[in-house]
Amino acid sequence: MTKWFKREKDNLQSAQKRDVPEGVWIKCPACEAVLYSRKLERNWHVCPECGHHMRMEAPRYIDLLADHGTWSEFNEQLKSLDPLGFKDSKRYVDRVAGSMKKTGRNEAVTTGTCAIDRHPVVLAVMDFKFLGGSVGSVVGEKIARAIDRSLELKHGLVIVSCSGGMRMQEGIISLMQMAKTSARLTRLADAKVPFISVLTDPTTGGTTASFSMLGDVNIAEPGALIGFAGPRVIKQTIGQDLPEGFQRSEFLLDTGFLDQVVPRRELKSRISEFLTWMNGRGS
Amino acid sequence: MKDFVLEFEKPIVELEKKIAEMQELSAGGEVDISDEIGLLRKKADTLRKEVFSNLNRWQRVQLARHPRRPYTLDYIKLVADRFQELHGDRSFRDDHAIVAGLATIDGTDLVIVGHQKGRGTKDNLFRNFGMPHPEGYRKALRVMRLAEKYDRPVVTLIDTPGAYPGLGAEERGQAEAIARNLFEMSRLRVPILAVVIGEGGSGGALAIGIADRVLMLEHAIYSVISPEGCASILYRDATQAPKAADAMKVTAPDLLEFGIVDELVPEAFGGAHRDREQTAANVKTAILTRLAELREIPLPSLLEQRVEKFGEIGVFDE
Ligand SMILES: [Zn+2]
Repeated sequence: MTKWFKREKDNLQSAQKRDVPEGVWIKCPACEAVLYSRKLERNWHVCPECGHHMRMEAPRYIDLLADHGTWSEFNEQLKSLDPLGFKDSKRYVDRVAGSMKKTGRNEAVTTGTCAIDRHPVVLAVMDFKFLGGSVGSVVGEKIARAIDRSLELKHGLVIVSCSGGMRMQEGIISLMQMAKTSARLTRLADAKVPFISVLTDPTTGGTTASFSMLGDVNIAEPGALIGFAGPRVIKQTIGQDLPEGFQRSEFLLDTGFLDQVVPRRELKSRISEFLTWMNGRGS
Repeated sequence: MKDFVLEFEKPIVELEKKIAEMQELSAGGEVDISDEIGLLRKKADTLRKEVFSNLNRWQRVQLARHPRRPYTLDYIKLVADRFQELHGDRSFRDDHAIVAGLATIDGTDLVIVGHQKGRGTKDNLFRNFGMPHPEGYRKALRVMRLAEKYDRPVVTLIDTPGAYPGLGAEERGQAEAIARNLFEMSRLRVPILAVVIGEGGSGGALAIGIADRVLMLEHAIYSVISPEGCASILYRDATQAPKAADAMKVTAPDLLEFGIVDELVPEAFGGAHRDREQTAANVKTAILTRLAELREIPLPSLLEQRVEKFGEIGVFDE
């Protein structure tokens, strides 16, 4: 299910291309326009020439969505253990440590409270840079606790997904995080608390097949890869190339699995629109 | 297929054949070879104990996938008094990789939903090797809703390599179908019992695996990704699957140790396929015992505990 190992490598390469140090010129992978990194950063990593959405890290999404000065992180202290004693070419614990060093964060999801256009919310943002955004015990637990907080405060929940699926280094325990998060979401639904799911590039595997697809509204950034099976696996299974645009946001909008495709610059105002309606007048 | 024998089963099966032959000979009554037969029997016993009591993880994976292993419909035939299969998701089509219907076991009415593998090439194509499309999961949910309406418990039988990774499956929302089942099963207002009878292949297995109790046959496996898939990612070599099975700890005893499953249901010695009737009888006992237990729990507690059961799974440092 999970492809994070390869993806992480992809990400390393793309990180060199995309995650630019100051004052560097870089090329848009879509239109090949040469862009000044600071300008790209100011434009929320969207190519000003063609609108291509590049990957963006969790703190930047928080900057994008949260009203200034309202963000308060919780459960950042949760860290992964190694329940299986898993080791391939590298030990799992070393991979986690490497990702912590690389990102400056403890895990592949960051959770907290903030306001979005003055709507109080609980916000969870996933991070592909951390082991491919893969979901293990910590990500599952942090999402579950974010749901609990949302329920307790009766504040809407917004999850920004970016993940290659479940984390195979935690084996069956990671698979069960799909059950854990989905089951917990029923409580939010029964209590009529809003849940808005934002899918970004890429959201695949068990992540899509659990909380990411369970929003009251599911919206995605343009051109994001979204699906259950990865394109490589499908290609292998059917023995032919995939159609152009297959498993991209616009395709999922067409086939009926997304409510809207929303450009990054409009995410905040769109989420705010939904929350205004969901929270009702006067809230 | 009927004669399929795994590599490590071979010496045992050969010995058993020899014993059968000699018995036939001795039944002819010409020579008395009962002593020899007795000796061979002892030898076979020892060999069976040696092999089957010390199965490694990869051998268990092979047993879980054994082509002669009983599948969902086999168990239904062996444990249910009556069964009426229901077809279709009412939206797209009938998915033959999932079987669902109204059953009665020992006088108890219930719904059974299970993955269905095929036997032989033709049947396997018909069953898509037990790999469901979204419509299979939607059929499963539709029939589980009937259980809810009539206040009957649900028993699911899990046995799939995984949800099918194809164009149509993605187009029709494989991810959404699985997510929807996880969500709706979590709050289905009747008891749910899941039994992993063979292969618990990732999200495609879990999609009918949310339950109040999760049981596993002794030689079944349950895994986040197939050992082959894991090996091809981690070691760039699918033939390293045995190593991956060890690393991911996919066997029933592993899962019992992790607290993911509640009980291991014993199989016939050497695997379910060596004595289907006996294995099915064990499954039947487990189902009836567990359903009786679940019936005693008031619905609000049952639903609360179901969410908590999965909520407790996770290992981390705080
Ligand atoms: Zn561009």
